[in-house]
Amino acid sequence: MAKDRTTTADLRRVAERVLKLAKAEGVDHMEVDAGTNTDALTRFANNTIHQNVAEHTVSISVRAIFDGRTARATTNKTDDDSLRRVVAAAASLAKNQPKNPDLLPSLGEQKYQKVARYFASTAETTPQDRARAVTKVCRHAGKNKQTAAGIFVSGGSHSVMANSRGLFAHYRQTRAEFSITILETDSSGWAKANSPDIRKIDPVVLAESASEKSARSRQPRELAPGHYVTILEPAAVLDLVGFLFFDFGGTALLDKRSCLTGRMGKKLFGENITVWDDVYHPLQTGWPYDGEGTPRQKVLLIDRGVPKNVVYARSTAKKMKTKPTGHGFSLPNDFGEAPMNIVFAGSDKSVDQMVASTERGVLVTRLWYIREVDPYSKILTGMTRDGTFLVENGKVAGGVRNFRFNQSLIEMLANVEMLGPAVRAAGEEAFEMVVPAMKVRDFHFSEVTKF
Amino acid sequence: MHDLANWALDTAKRRGATYADARVMDIRHRDVSTKNGEVGTLSESESLGIGIRVIAEGSWGFASTDRLTRVGVQACAAEAVAIAKASALAKIEDIALAPERAYVDVWQNPYLKDPFKIPVERQIDLLLAADREMRKVKGVTVAEGSMAFRRIDQLFVSSMGSSIQQTKVQSGAGIVALSFSGNELQKRSYPSSFGGQHMLKGYELIESLNLVGNAQRVGEECVALHSAAPCPQGQSTIILESSQLGLQIHESIGHPIELDRVLGMEANFAGMSFLTTEKLRKLKYGSDIVNVVADARLEHGEGLGTFGYDDEGVPAQKIPIITNGLFTGYLSSRETASAIGEKRSGGTVRCESWNRLPMIRMTNVSIDPGTWKYEDLIADTDDAILMETNRSWSIDDRRYHFQFSTEIGWEIKGGKKGRMIKSPSYSGITTEFWNSCDAICSRDYWTLWGTPNCGKGQPMQTMGTGHGASPARFRNVKTGVAFSK
Repeated sequence: MAKDRTTTADLRRVAERVLKLAKAEGVDHMEVDAGTNTDALTRFANNTIHQNVAEHTVSISVRAIFDGRTARATTNKTDDDSLRRVVAAAASLAKNQPKNPDLLPSLGEQKYQKVARYFASTAETTPQDRARAVTKVCRHAGKNKQTAAGIFVSGGSHSVMANSRGLFAHYRQTRAEFSITILETDSSGWAKANSPDIRKIDPVVLAESASEKSARSRQPRELAPGHYVTILEPAAVLDLVGFLFFDFGGTALLDKRSCLTGRMGKKLFGENITVWDDVYHPLQTGWPYDGEGTPRQKVLLIDRGVPKNVVYARSTAKKMKTKPTGHGFSLPNDFGEAPMNIVFAGSDKSVDQMVASTERGVLVTRLWYIREVDPYSKILTGMTRDGTFLVENGKVAGGVRNFRFNQSLIEMLANVEMLGPAVRAAGEEAFEMVVPAMKVRDFHFSEVTKF
Repeated sequence: MHDLANWALDTAKRRGATYADARVMDIRHRDVSTKNGEVGTLSESESLGIGIRVIAEGSWGFASTDRLTRVGVQACAAEAVAIAKASALAKIEDIALAPERAYVDVWQNPYLKDPFKIPVERQIDLLLAADREMRKVKGVTVAEGSMAFRRIDQLFVSSMGSSIQQTKVQSGAGIVALSFSGNELQKRSYPSSFGGQHMLKGYELIESLNLVGNAQRVGEECVALHSAAPCPQGQSTIILESSQLGLQIHESIGHPIELDRVLGMEANFAGMSFLTTEKLRKLKYGSDIVNVVADARLEHGEGLGTFGYDDEGVPAQKIPIITNGLFTGYLSSRETASAIGEKRSGGTVRCESWNRLPMIRMTNVSIDPGTWKYEDLIADTDDAILMETNRSWSIDDRRYHFQFSTEIGWEIKGGKKGRMIKSPSYSGITTEFWNSCDAICSRDYWTLWGTPNCGKGQPMQTMGTGHGASPARFRNVKTGVAFSK
């Protein structure tokens, strides 16, 4: 992958050109987000690479602000004519709309806590590096008479935010991800990890874990639907709880579309559930500022089962007579804010200990196609996938056919019997979080599929 | 555009590519939304770049860039070849492509009114007028409206000599009312949920939807749902209105017929398919009245899956997918068609943008209209639940077991539409469900719905797909499981 050589100074110069053009165009206030993205992904299936891609992109996104009116325009062209055109487009859109009395002027200069999430080892990863790792895991699968499919990703992004009131923020981050599914005739296993630092990802270890799950789930038996003690590995927990946190925004409460409406401060979950939003946590990633440039704060969302706080963008905070927490989305938007750096308090129980303590239950590796059935009782539906096991008498007794679940997330978090250590988990339905494995009683599997 | 694309092909060939294609795409978006009397999102964006796909040493490579100088494009083409050579480290056999001839052509979808030339204040005014009508209804807690417009100008060239210019203009809009009361949050949308109706049309689509004229009803139905009866749990006859049937087709026919899934290429993410190749022309997918096609041609309608050529230069086609209930065809690419011994690609490969690799996507996967008048279908039904407008959808990773819920339902008793039902849901196994279809309404009730948000692939690509459907009846379907305890 060609390394992105753009510097903060390069992006700052683009931002300053935009601010100058905006001034010349008579825009009251202008906000600029300028960034570059370099990503590469090697995709494999049937024990061979079938897709191998790289992209280099630039984005210049500008927001014009006039008295009570705002709009955004975005381009990937950095010549003066294009920048002038994008400024004019944002200004024209902004002027031609009714005034919004809740719109605030943009922020001035801010101070940000530093985070270090850029690793040269990730940025310098080559297609050959990824291909060699993939070749190794594919050969490993072939030797086991298994079939491997997955991805190996490396890349990074670099962005600045500036406005005409003196705000300037910058951030750069690398990312690496490896995900693998191992398939056999009637079984499969899965593992995934991601990190800003590619050295923390070991494709072979992940492949071995997926391979073992596939081998252990051969000849799956069909269990009757019902309520089971269920051990959810961290990726399964992540993909479920990801549906909860958009409810922890001030706008969601104001709109009465949050499941916390009328429930703040009341015991809703188990005593063992404590959750923060914390972008500064060592296992977290992401910008230390929000879509308006407000510094992100660590916020205690759930304290021993009680929803304590939600997060606020600036205008939401003003409406709700409180202070912004630095969780607003880029303006203009309809949804206000959400916590995006979730960290659960964990405990010390391993998945093996959870299994050993279970007389009869189900062990779940991963979930799939989760959707919200009811937003207030927070019933979610979805399927198990790639490694679902019967647990009997403290041991994994073999694979079972995949279940559909219809389960209230609120009830699930009130029924947690054991927690594992909180780890950085990666799934497919939610953004990455720091979550533990959970042993849950009465998890509702409503139907069974054919495999 | 031509110079850029040709620099890419020349460099790729010089570096050792045995096949190369390039897509230069210039994409423009406008998004407008309102919420509770105020403007929400108001944005425009443009993105211009080139994606270069090559085969070198028998393997695929792809690179993309928005550095559209000669040096930038040549570097990108060289990178694509280098990536292909890296892919070859894990090669089992050389990539083979089904034959296709070269085309030189220009194609554009017809439209009457360029949505980007309609003043944005007019678009906002329309959404705010619908917003006011919804909020006139006591009990509506949130009213939302949205419009989205897209224009894509693209050039495809290939080392086989194709040079195809296409322009696509797409429009869409919808409104939503929410009502919170007691312990319930109810929702009604029009004309469909999750963004409304989207087609390959100009602003004339928005004007034809009559958002304002439907807004009060949407608000009233939303509030009335609080006092509606719950969905019964058990086995029942159901009638699905056309947009819900469109999504049912999308999930339980459109995705399983994607040949890349069938061949395992999506196994790690989107999943595989129960439609393994030995089932082709053998599996009874549905009842005898079920006929489904994948049709990208303009003759089928101005759907989100309509185009002149796909993104590897194959002309739009009509493919019979289910013929009198029998499974008869897949969605294919040149590579996957070759892998199963088909003579030609079905022409279903598309990419979201210049920086994404083209892959198999649904075109317009539609069920043929039946013969029933809607009124006669209701009158012919003794005991059923009529379900309208999707609220949630989920299906397993091989596309056997699904569960859907809709925003609203009605009891059908003795051939008449009766009381309202809240949160109706149904579930089943794909082939059992389609084999239980015993009535489909006629062309008069058929709508080509647009699904603008279909996700697939890694990196994820969002694509618009089309699904023509008219209301249909299904027997002995499991209902109400979503709320079972």
